[in-house]
Amino acid sequence: MVIWEKVRTDIEAALSTVKDPEISSVSIVDLGMVEDVQEENGEVAVKLLPTFMGCPALDIIQKNVEEALLQVDGVDEVKVSFIHHPPWTSERITEKGRQGLKEFGIAPPPKKLEQTGEWKVDCPYCGSPYTTMENIFGPTACRSILYCSSCKNPFEAMKPVSTML
Amino acid sequence: MMIQNSQELKEHEEMRSLVAELLYQLADDDFLIAYRGSEWLGLAPHIEEDVAFSSINQDTMGHAVMYYQLLEEIGEGKVDDLAHGRPSHYRKNAVLLELPNGPGHYRKEPEFDWAFTVVRHYFYTQAKKVKVDSLKDSSYKPLANVAVKINMELYYHLMHWKTWFHQLLSSNDEARRRMMAAIEKVCADFGGVLSLGPNGEQMAQHGLIEGEEMLMRRWTHEMESVFESLNLSFPESFGMKHGDGRKGEHTDHLVEATATLSEVYRIDPAAAW
Repeated sequence: MVIWEKVRTDIEAALSTVKDPEISSVSIVDLGMVEDVQEENGEVAVKLLPTFMGCPALDIIQKNVEEALLQVDGVDEVKVSFIHHPPWTSERITEKGRQGLKEFGIAPPPKKLEQTGEWKVDCPYCGSPYTTMENIFGPTACRSILYCSSCKNPFEAMKPVSTML
Repeated sequence: MMIQNSQELKEHEEMRSLVAELLYQLADDDFLIAYRGSEWLGLAPHIEEDVAFSSINQDTMGHAVMYYQLLEEIGEGKVDDLAHGRPSHYRKNAVLLELPNGPGHYRKEPEFDWAFTVVRHYFYTQAKKVKVDSLKDSSYKPLANVAVKINMELYYHLMHWKTWFHQLLSSNDEARRRMMAAIEKVCADFGGVLSLGPNGEQMAQHGLIEGEEMLMRRWTHEMESVFESLNLSFPESFGMKHGDGRKGEHTDHLVEATATLSEVYRIDPAAAW
């Protein structure tokens, strides 16, 4: 006999093992990408929110979600789809996700934007607020390149993405 | 009338074909300008620009993909076939966006024109911003949702090109002279960018997007203050010197661009990538 409640818990656990392919310390759950999970008689339908549209990691994430969930006892079929509504915003990243980003050397996105559209980021290494923007665009679509005037380290920050922009 | 999804749209053929026409314009515009932008990879004025421009091109190609997906949902064919398989006279992009970056080829003696690139991208991105703002209230809900998503990324693109535009026009005499020549060249074909094609009025009547005149007014409103702050007189007119892309009129540059872009696709159109 299959205990469905256990299956659901296992599904949740499996989803949090799927990491961002480019940031190994943060799961897609912590990034706030998982919008909906439905399970019925072993068929699981997962709805994900893409972060940046041109992100080449999306296909990899889809494949990894399928593989992770098919490992779960009681799951026979997995359907992953990307939806655009609601839009993903950087406010969806959880506290655990923000910590994970810092561990990786990436400053989490600022929680609040100034009225002018300016944003302030603390250095993920030393915590100093004395940082300067080197390039809004970085090595991937979701990151910017900054420099810390205190510990003299260059670092990356996750771009704030908000419907307010 | 608000249409919630592709199933519902398929029940209204007139509306469906208008949505398709608008989506082809939006998709092909982004597809072509992202390609022209990507030809600059490794050739941009400095390494920071190379990083930034690549990111912008990647985002923009992602926007084209979203529009092609919406076309797939309403029965126009597969995303890859729509992007790579359509001959030039079926393409609906504005001709301005298919023009080359300058003489030469990205692999051989590129003498690309950075001033032209800055002006074309800045004018285009502001026009895209005006359209996307309008699309957020589109009567076709899936398109409105996609517009919200694109708008968030567009914020950074617009800031980028506006900065270049300002800096080069406030720089030395040579920069200003070259920028003014570029503005003239872009204006000669910019009329095609803000055009919604032969059925633009019906699109507006059905609430898919605001009419051309309104879009033009909003674009002008944004640009006039920028021109004024740089001591430039605002262009008197915008033409379609090299053809009306919304009607499928294109240059040989488009044929060459899509041939290069779809080289891998054509090796094996049935392959899954």
